[in-house]
Amino acid sequence: MIKRLSLTLALALIASACAPVQPWQRGTLARPDMQLVTDPAQAAFEDHTYFSKEASSGGRGFGGGGCGCN
Amino acid sequence: MSKLSTLLGGLLIGFSAVAAANPALEVLKPYRGKPVYVDFWASWCVPCAQSFPWLNDMRSRYGDDIQFVGVNVDEHRRDADRFLKRHPAQFDLLFDPAGAMATHFALEGMPSAVILDANGQVLWQHSGFRAAETPNYEQAIQEAIRP
Repeated sequence: MIKRLSLTLALALIASACAPVQPWQRGTLARPDMQLVTDPAQAAFEDHTYFSKEASSGGRGFGGGGCGCN
Repeated sequence: MSKLSTLLGGLLIGFSAVAAANPALEVLKPYRGKPVYVDFWASWCVPCAQSFPWLNDMRSRYGDDIQFVGVNVDEHRRDADRFLKRHPAQFDLLFDPAGAMATHFALEGMPSAVILDANGQVLWQHSGFRAAETPNYEQAIQEAIRP
């Protein structure tokens, strides 16, 4: 019973996070506070540090990285 | 059975009253009597900015036979005002921050255009704006005003 209730609750929480964005609402997605990277310069510094420390890069939304071949 | 039909009839009357009270239709009521070209635009939409000079040109050429209405769907009015300073509109403007009209016409993209006949029925609906396709848009206007 508790398992079923927990599953229902979890599904309800997951479903509530899904909201279709209508074409006329896409301006909201372009707002600065909606960006994954809010400070591109800071992100570039962090990527450089990560590359130096870990000998790998990428996985952050830019193409070409992640294979460790450059 | 008669009670059921009365109930159903009452429900249908209720539904039609709701449809008539649809704000999307209410704001367009003053434009009845002539075809209307309704253009949905937003300040963040680049093709919308490209479409404004063409819309102004269309209004100057066909404005006697068809009305042009721009419907802004920005959440904040100040964004629309900033856009209008850079891209002046020579046609009527309506503001739909809640997207009621956009929902009513089930827009698929921005910008979107809808041509309504003199009775408010949809004659033509289109999504997007491409300069190369403006002859097609103009043809739709000409067909809407053809007697």
